[in-house]
Amino acid sequence: MPTQAINPDASGYYGDYGGMFIPEILRTTFDELIAAFNEAKADAGFWQSYVDVMQNYSCRPTPVTPLENFAETLGGKFQVFCKREDLNHTGAHKANNCMGQGLLVQRMNKKRVIAETGAGQHGVATATMAARMGLECTVYMGAVDVERQRPNVFWMEQLGATVISVTEGTATLKDAINAAMRDWSESMETTHYVLGTTCGPHPFPEMVAWFQSIIGQESRQQMLKINGKLPDKIYACVGGGSNASGVFLPFLEDTEEELVGVEAGGHGLDSGQHAARFSGGTVGVAQGYKTYFFQDDEGQMMHTHSIAAGLDYIGVSPILSHLHDQKRIRFTSAADDVVISATKLLMRTEGIIPALESAHAFAAVVEEAPDIPDGTQVLINLSGRGDKDIFNIAEAIGDEKWDEFLRTKALRK
Amino acid sequence: MNLTKYLKNRLDPLFGGTEYPETKSKILLMTHVVVGYPSLEANWKMLEAMGEADVDLVELQMPFSEPSADGPLFVKANQEALRNGIRWQAYFDLMKRASERFDFPMLMMGYCNTAFSMGFENYCVNIRKNGGEGFIIPDLPLEEYGDLFEYSRQHDLDPIMLCTPTNTEERLRKICGHGSGFIYCVARKGVTGKNTELDISAEKILQQCRLYTDLPLALGFGLSQAEDLRRLHGKAEIAIVGSALLKTWEAEGETGYRKHLLSLAAARG
Repeated sequence: MPTQAINPDASGYYGDYGGMFIPEILRTTFDELIAAFNEAKADAGFWQSYVDVMQNYSCRPTPVTPLENFAETLGGKFQVFCKREDLNHTGAHKANNCMGQGLLVQRMNKKRVIAETGAGQHGVATATMAARMGLECTVYMGAVDVERQRPNVFWMEQLGATVISVTEGTATLKDAINAAMRDWSESMETTHYVLGTTCGPHPFPEMVAWFQSIIGQESRQQMLKINGKLPDKIYACVGGGSNASGVFLPFLEDTEEELVGVEAGGHGLDSGQHAARFSGGTVGVAQGYKTYFFQDDEGQMMHTHSIAAGLDYIGVSPILSHLHDQKRIRFTSAADDVVISATKLLMRTEGIIPALESAHAFAAVVEEAPDIPDGTQVLINLSGRGDKDIFNIAEAIGDEKWDEFLRTKALRK
Repeated sequence: MNLTKYLKNRLDPLFGGTEYPETKSKILLMTHVVVGYPSLEANWKMLEAMGEADVDLVELQMPFSEPSADGPLFVKANQEALRNGIRWQAYFDLMKRASERFDFPMLMMGYCNTAFSMGFENYCVNIRKNGGEGFIIPDLPLEEYGDLFEYSRQHDLDPIMLCTPTNTEERLRKICGHGSGFIYCVARKGVTGKNTELDISAEKILQQCRLYTDLPLALGFGLSQAEDLRRLHGKAEIAIVGSALLKTWEAEGETGYRKHLLSLAAARG
């Protein structure tokens, strides 16, 4: 049973961030959700049932793997370990949150779930949970993402989910969230919205971080077992912030640790085409919560860009915004090209295929390697595996044989 | 202006009015414009038509990139308006021009981030300066108002509160307690722009709110035709028609729009 290192105030705020900017039609639904979550949180049996499900359905505890070869290529003066969230069922940390919320849905006795998805990982994880728990499932996905993540769309549909392609706005993750909220404002009596990250109105940031904190709790024990001490630095990629919150929060009180969040640098911070909210964002209110958003001077959201669909989002967790202002977490960013090189390096040196999202954390370590003191122990959260990115990575690398394969395959149809 | 008084003066005393005015309506009509969609020129024609139909109240929507409480038609309108380059200046210019030209009072309608980005005080200053009488912010529950209540009092603006069929009695009492001008009752679940059967839930929300406030009650979400207004005589003081009129503009142009407006206006009785 975890203790929460950081709690929101009674209004759902972390410092200046968070809150509940919800339409009145959903007020009662949110009140019910808060009550159900608080009851579950106070029930030690609930957490144990969550751990049990994650053990017998999703390979928990996921291992911590030492990356000696990877560290060697960076000069070999410091040690690198990675937390293997890629080994979760469906290939990413997203399963933690989905199974957790699924158990909550059972307690609330609802029969239908909806979800938004960017890269498709959260959508697939929700669809598997719904299939296993016998729930009806609808996933909203931006039309642009449907196009670049077709394999995940295929799997969601095979798992029995209805995938709705959202063409409004920029047709990406933020628009999928709006569409899911619209569905919920009509269907709330039978339906739970399985929000995929530590964003949105209270209690979602708290609830998702609570389920995801299993990552950091395991990591603490594992690092202590391996090294007899906690790591000096922890790196995680930051889109909405769920894997970062999950790995960081259980280390929050160990002030010796440096926690580093890595945002999507896209084509570079000067290009304006990125998703580094802490570099190009300002504080605003949208999608039900207050945080740093990528917006113009009149509060209209702007286009974000990242090679990783899961980081391509306008807002960031209010928990992380608060810890950013508190200077407890340092934020940096990694550009698309550096991310691709880091992906290649990890594949060649360790035989691990990272998701492009997770590769941002590795890219930051590669870039900062010259400044990392000798003997430092670095833990990187490998939030997901990269199989889903085969089309994007192949395109970025420019693999001709893959292109040829696609052409032949298309012609044969 | 005292918005509540203005509204009650336009109503027949049998239907909640206080005096015997020239126009004795059984219900009042509030209409909606998404500023910048399809264009500022078209908006002006819509407002002229509203002036001719002697509409009682108009909400001007400032477009937002994430209009999560709106249905497909208004989502498109918000998006296109922003693509047309609508910013605060153009919005307030239209409001000012309209307030000088027409008799109906206007409300600023829009999402919270506009008010937040402008700063709550500036938001009120700008609405007052440009002739608005109040505002509606669908994603700002009263707990998040902060000093916006105080600023709206200082600048003599009415923050319009929304009550919905899913709210508990206790919640409705609380919302009505913060009410000002009139209360906006949402007829059903979901987003704007779908038809509403004026069923039990719509009548129930009106009856419930009536227990907690003396302010006029408006009913919105899904009203479209004259018949809808007639059915509300004696049940609500204001009928809100938004998406349906825009739909008519899209399908039948200005002529059809005027006709639709006039039929709604006539149904006030």
